[in-house]
Amino acid sequence: MALTNQYIQEKLQEKFGDLVSNFEESYGLLSFEATVANNLKVLQFLYDEPSLQFQFLTDICGVNFPDDAGREISVVYHLHNLAENVRIRFKIFVPVAAPDVFTACNLFSSANWMERETYDFYGVNFVGHPNLKRILNVDEMDYFPLRKEYPLEDQTRIDKDDEMFGRG
Amino acid sequence: MLAHQQQHITLPEGSIEKQTTTLNVGPTHPATHGVFQNIMELDGERIVSTEQTVGYIHRAFEKLAERRPLYQITPITDRLNYCSSPINNMGWHLTCEKFLGVQTPKRVDYLRVIIMELARISDHLICNSIVGVDTGAYTGFLYVMQYRELIYEIYEEVCGSRLTTNIGRIGGFERNFTNTAFEKLEKFLKEYPKVLKEFENLFARNRIFMERTIGGGAISAERALNYGFTGPNLRAAGVDYDVRVHQPYSSYQDFDFTIPVGKTGDNYDRFLVRNQEMWQSLSIIEQAYKKVQEFKGTDAEIFHADVPEYYLPKKEDVYTKMESLIWHFKIVMGEVEMPKGEIYNAVEGGNGELGFYLVSDGGRTPFRLHFRRPCFIYYQAYPELITGGMLSDAIVTMSSLNLIAGELDA
Repeated sequence: MALTNQYIQEKLQEKFGDLVSNFEESYGLLSFEATVANNLKVLQFLYDEPSLQFQFLTDICGVNFPDDAGREISVVYHLHNLAENVRIRFKIFVPVAAPDVFTACNLFSSANWMERETYDFYGVNFVGHPNLKRILNVDEMDYFPLRKEYPLEDQTRIDKDDEMFGRG
Repeated sequence: MLAHQQQHITLPEGSIEKQTTTLNVGPTHPATHGVFQNIMELDGERIVSTEQTVGYIHRAFEKLAERRPLYQITPITDRLNYCSSPINNMGWHLTCEKFLGVQTPKRVDYLRVIIMELARISDHLICNSIVGVDTGAYTGFLYVMQYRELIYEIYEEVCGSRLTTNIGRIGGFERNFTNTAFEKLEKFLKEYPKVLKEFENLFARNRIFMERTIGGGAISAERALNYGFTGPNLRAAGVDYDVRVHQPYSSYQDFDFTIPVGKTGDNYDRFLVRNQEMWQSLSIIEQAYKKVQEFKGTDAEIFHADVPEYYLPKKEDVYTKMESLIWHFKIVMGEVEMPKGEIYNAVEGGNGELGFYLVSDGGRTPFRLHFRRPCFIYYQAYPELITGGMLSDAIVTMSSLNLIAGELDA
């Protein structure tokens, strides 16, 4: 039997009840939300359950919603069941004041750097991560650049000496 | 101050007492093949442990993309895996098209397939010949460079540039393929098989090459999956996952090709898988070229879909027609609003699954754009691949993983 989004949703709701929510399907890909405390349980369930077997972690990334109070930072997981060739997306939302999320490193070795990258850009604190430090930015950086509160440089500014870069 | 203190690297405990040597491999200059740094603990020539660092050329692509309209993001994608930038460009266009619901004509799909497979060949060609260089065989590298040049000439004829191509537009190509482009393609198809065969003869059964690569940097299928390997590196470990087959895009389902797989996931298997993939790509290009030739008359003039909101109108129309002028202005100024929603779309890049995760809040630029960069993910496995091996094998392993610094650092 082919693995359908309908079936995955039923399976998750049966196991987690109200802890998983906001199921939606966009471009054929099932997307849902879980509570922060349950992210590992959901991942583990998706990994272990014989009929689901989401054992390939495609991607982890962060998204910042500055206007959504208490849910400012979102961590998005993309999982893939390679045998059935089904992808799902699963999100958790954390407040920017306390962005603590359990690490998925013990389940997926690939999560290590993906989480470091998410920490680097969004400041998500992955609890239990073996080596949570910046990866792409310099160690001395004291902010998280992909958060919306850090705008890109104003393109119309004139106070900068850019002669050497052809903008002088 | 010791090197490891400056770098905030944690050395294994007691490494000083154990009389091992700490060796800094890299960082090299940003203009070279890639800026990699490895802090290795060596016992003689054997590697005890490694910590690798990345990020010396991070250029904030994801942040930049949040200010750009869709068509201005294409040049950013060039600079990810610059050995096969057309695949990145096409991947981005395909993502946008899927997101916006644009249907591309078959001819566009086939032309895209030709370009993407050419890019795959040039990517694998570099990687395999670099493996040769690192095992001490420089000739192969210099030899095949001439034929990569033929591929670059085709790009040049189609889009005007060579390395960072910015090829194609949302909906198709910026102009139709000229006759010269097809002639160059024919020349390539005629000359390249012989070259590839010769290149293969240089390495595949070469005793020295085999001794150097067999068993080095091996990984099991299970570990490779756990580490998020994709592309030729995963297939070398024996998993036949290929985005072109599993989620066909750009009409890949119309083509007949096989996915080569390896067994041991070592440097030699990776070489062989890439080599086989080049033959497959060649066959795909031939099939696609045949299909393209079947379009006659006005059908052969089709090179883009009809999407006025995203595809720049013809210049002469801009000067003479009101509608075209409006669209031209709106597109160039980035004043076209996108639908709300989010999408993940992947293509089979030169070195693995290249994914684009686009979140739109209905504005003119993406709210968030994340690139799933395959080599950033599988480079994590590097210490596991080389620990216990010789230092010189570590160099070969690094080149056979096909790491592209531009993609690693986004």
